[in-house]
Amino acid sequence: FHILFVPRRSLLCEQRLKDLGVLGSFIHRDEYSLDLIPFDGDLLSMESEGAFKECYLESDQTSLYHAAKGLMTMQALYGTIPQIFGKGECARQVANMMIRMKREFTGSQNSIFPVFDNLLLLDRNVDLLTPLATQLTYEGLIDEIYGIQNSYVKLPPEKFAPKKQGDGGKELPTEAKKLQLNSAEELYAEIRDKNFNAVGSVLSKKAKVISAAFEERHNAKTVGEIKQFVSQLPHMQAARGSLANHTSIAELIKDVTTSEDFFDKLTAEQEFMSGVDTDKVNSYIEDCIAQKHPLIKVLRLVCLQSVCNSGLKQKVLDYYKREILQTYGYEHILTLYNLEKVGLLKPQTGGRNNYPTIRKTLRLWMDDVNEQNPTDISYVYSGYAPLSVRLAQLLSRPGWRSIEEVLRILPGPHFEERQPLPTGLQKKRQPGENRVTLIFFLGGVTFAEIAALRFLSQLEDGGTEYVIATTKLMNGASWIESLMEKP
Amino acid sequence: MNRTKVDEEEYWNSSKFKAFTFDDEDDELSQLKESKRAVNSLRDFVDDEDDDDLERVSWSGEPVGSISWSIKETAGSSGSSQEGREQLKSRNSFSTYAQLPKPSSTYSLSSFFRGRTRPGSFQSLSDALSDVPAKSYAPELGRPKGEYRDYSNDWSPSDTVRRLRKGKVCSLERFRSLQDKLQLLEEAVSMHDGNVITAVLIFLKRTLSKEILFRELEVRQVALRHLIHFLKEIGDQKLLLDLFRFLDRTEELALSHYREHLNIQDPEKRKEFLKTCIGLPFSAEDSAHIQDHYTLLERQIIIEANDRHLESAGQTEIFRKHPRKASILNMPLVTTLFYSCFYHYTEAEGTFSSPVNLKKTFKIPDKQYVLTALAARAKLRAWHDVDALFTTKNWLGYTKKRAPIGFHRVVEILHKNSAPVQVLQEYVNLVEDVDTKLNLATKFKCHDVVIDTCRDLKDRQQLLAYRSKVDKGSAEEEKIDAILNSSQIRWKN
Repeated sequence: FHILFVPRRSLLCEQRLKDLGVLGSFIHRDEYSLDLIPFDGDLLSMESEGAFKECYLESDQTSLYHAAKGLMTMQALYGTIPQIFGKGECARQVANMMIRMKREFTGSQNSIFPVFDNLLLLDRNVDLLTPLATQLTYEGLIDEIYGIQNSYVKLPPEKFAPKKQGDGGKELPTEAKKLQLNSAEELYAEIRDKNFNAVGSVLSKKAKVISAAFEERHNAKTVGEIKQFVSQLPHMQAARGSLANHTSIAELIKDVTTSEDFFDKLTAEQEFMSGVDTDKVNSYIEDCIAQKHPLIKVLRLVCLQSVCNSGLKQKVLDYYKREILQTYGYEHILTLYNLEKVGLLKPQTGGRNNYPTIRKTLRLWMDDVNEQNPTDISYVYSGYAPLSVRLAQLLSRPGWRSIEEVLRILPGPHFEERQPLPTGLQKKRQPGENRVTLIFFLGGVTFAEIAALRFLSQLEDGGTEYVIATTKLMNGASWIESLMEKP
Repeated sequence: MNRTKVDEEEYWNSSKFKAFTFDDEDDELSQLKESKRAVNSLRDFVDDEDDDDLERVSWSGEPVGSISWSIKETAGSSGSSQEGREQLKSRNSFSTYAQLPKPSSTYSLSSFFRGRTRPGSFQSLSDALSDVPAKSYAPELGRPKGEYRDYSNDWSPSDTVRRLRKGKVCSLERFRSLQDKLQLLEEAVSMHDGNVITAVLIFLKRTLSKEILFRELEVRQVALRHLIHFLKEIGDQKLLLDLFRFLDRTEELALSHYREHLNIQDPEKRKEFLKTCIGLPFSAEDSAHIQDHYTLLERQIIIEANDRHLESAGQTEIFRKHPRKASILNMPLVTTLFYSCFYHYTEAEGTFSSPVNLKKTFKIPDKQYVLTALAARAKLRAWHDVDALFTTKNWLGYTKKRAPIGFHRVVEILHKNSAPVQVLQEYVNLVEDVDTKLNLATKFKCHDVVIDTCRDLKDRQQLLAYRSKVDKGSAEEEKIDAILNSSQIRWKN
């Protein structure tokens, strides 16, 4: 037998195999080392589900070591990154590891012209808020409702049954429809990062364009024109297929977003994020518990309230805990303990709520948000600007010195390191040329944050383009689930 | 015609629309040659002892054809030259599998950094080695003798750790003194590689007494955390609890102990186990919850046994009409209350299965109790019971309906259980907020309520609009007409 450990072999595995007495039966043991996996032209992920729990709950830094190794690979391929910025304990560790690895690797200097100007390392626990809120971009909603796994999504098949004429009695497919979602699909690349409310108009415009294109066949008179039309046909058919798929998906999503419960949930979330009534028991949450909505949904909401209040008053926290334990079972004490340990659901210490300061200084809540033609990253949550992305934005312009006070409130150290480059390779940016920043989220990133960063990248006077890396692509539900204790 | 046909073929066989595949990047690959060179030089960092060509590896993982390697191999291994030559021969037979399939771009990233190539191990060798229990080779057994070519007996701790990181064979046995072992640990920790730290910890766990191990780790936070994580992963509950006890981390001790209950399936055993959890050093709130957990399971076992008996006896009506779908064991408290309100509503406080008893024992707040009882009775369509829940006699002897929850919630639950309109209407009427009342009444087609509310609000437009929604010729239509024609009302609009 052969065994290939992916993404890396671990002693624990081998010990377990040894204990079971089967280690010897493997002729060949090897490792297929996967550190960073490219998901798209600007997106890499380690897909390490346990990274957040390991780093922040158990203080086990193995994932960070592998993140550092992944970054060393990146530097080997794309050049040493001259500047490293970071915020958070884990970020500090990764930077240290990188510098140490570079030191050990003396001798052969990297002669690649650097592609990246900066590396920004961010701990997930610097921004615990963003993943808890419901994402409102097209891709974000697909992930929230159906879950995107490795760029694939499984959808209920009813809307995708091919419509044939005269087939009223045909059986609907029972297997879920599996679709691949990435930027190679033109239409998807266009709509994935838009706020969902802006998607409808794009789809209808596209429908008109495609219909018009198909109508062109009536205008093609000469053989040459027909030939040209026919040559476009595959592309047009693909475009039409793509449009059909996304129209169906958009319909499915709309069914959810127009439901009363979705509206109520969003209202509760936005109240918390804008700082309203975060210190009392929330009646929507109470109703959810009373109606025994899925536990993860309830946990997301109470954690959101806790984070937006810098911790809940002991009475409120006890009340929620009791309601949850009585409704879902006492064994969830263990999960609640984990949530407290990572800071998601905890009692307020010191009696001070820091969140309003952070919110105001970093302008996290924007009342007048334009969903159709956004001018600010807050469009991804229809009003809330992701804290992590705001930090990246401010680092680029005007720099973190302007928010020293807020940075001190957020957990973990912030720092800057330089890695010297041989003189021939030092980059001189032309005026008007964008810097390229590699931003690494240690603990997970959501699609909404990715959308926000892409928005910044394409701003005309933004000055920075972003490539995003992370330990895991996640959403609030998968995140909380990774922290639950299971038998 | 001919020409266009050929062209058509061309058109159909080519496509401007390229699907996204990972191996589109042939061009990128050639561009990466420069970086390939750079990364190959990285090999020294990662793997400074093998001369393996990273890309020419046979299917069994052995590097192929590298002559210098094979010479070293045979020369270096003391007393195993015979085997070495054998291996060389068999390796040559694999030389047809010279190359890995052409790496597409995703592979190239990782294959460039694949420092950890190692020759395969043969079954015979691994068997031979596994007969030597005394020695411990970390990280794995069954390395061909060839790998021991540079085996020496006096590596420093830092060398040892470095070898471990590369996954090479290494005996840790030679570190006998405590000081040596601690130095080894220190080196491992500074290397940050979790794998290596775990390897060293496994060794220390085996060769140090518990007390010394704990004492030393107490002051080494990183290694300590690692050990805790490791013990959790392999499920060594006993040692973990001892460790927590030693460190005086009482709450974690309690929680770790409690966690075990999830692995106990038998209800009696689980109940006994939970009993042992009471009195552990939980936080004050949590202690109460644990106590409740035990009490609840204790009750559930009694109820379950009793009800199963009743059900099989077939005499009790409620069980005949609504056979139980699942056992009540290990269900949450609220579910248990619902069950009790469903099957044992009328029982007096004395029995374990009566709702009142549950309410008292677990101090269930009124709100929760009323909601649950309502849901259960509504499901059974016992509208009188529902009425009774909300009816209170005030001091004058008049009855009045009150609820600790908003009546809009009551209406929703009633509607969910298909309550008849008369029942619904009564409760919609009790909703305090007028807008909500109107909304609900319209939603659930409680015509009279709508009509009356519109009349009270003096809102003629809305009443007119609603007229079109009622059935033609119905009593409601007549009622609306009568009100609209009434001269006594001073309409707002």
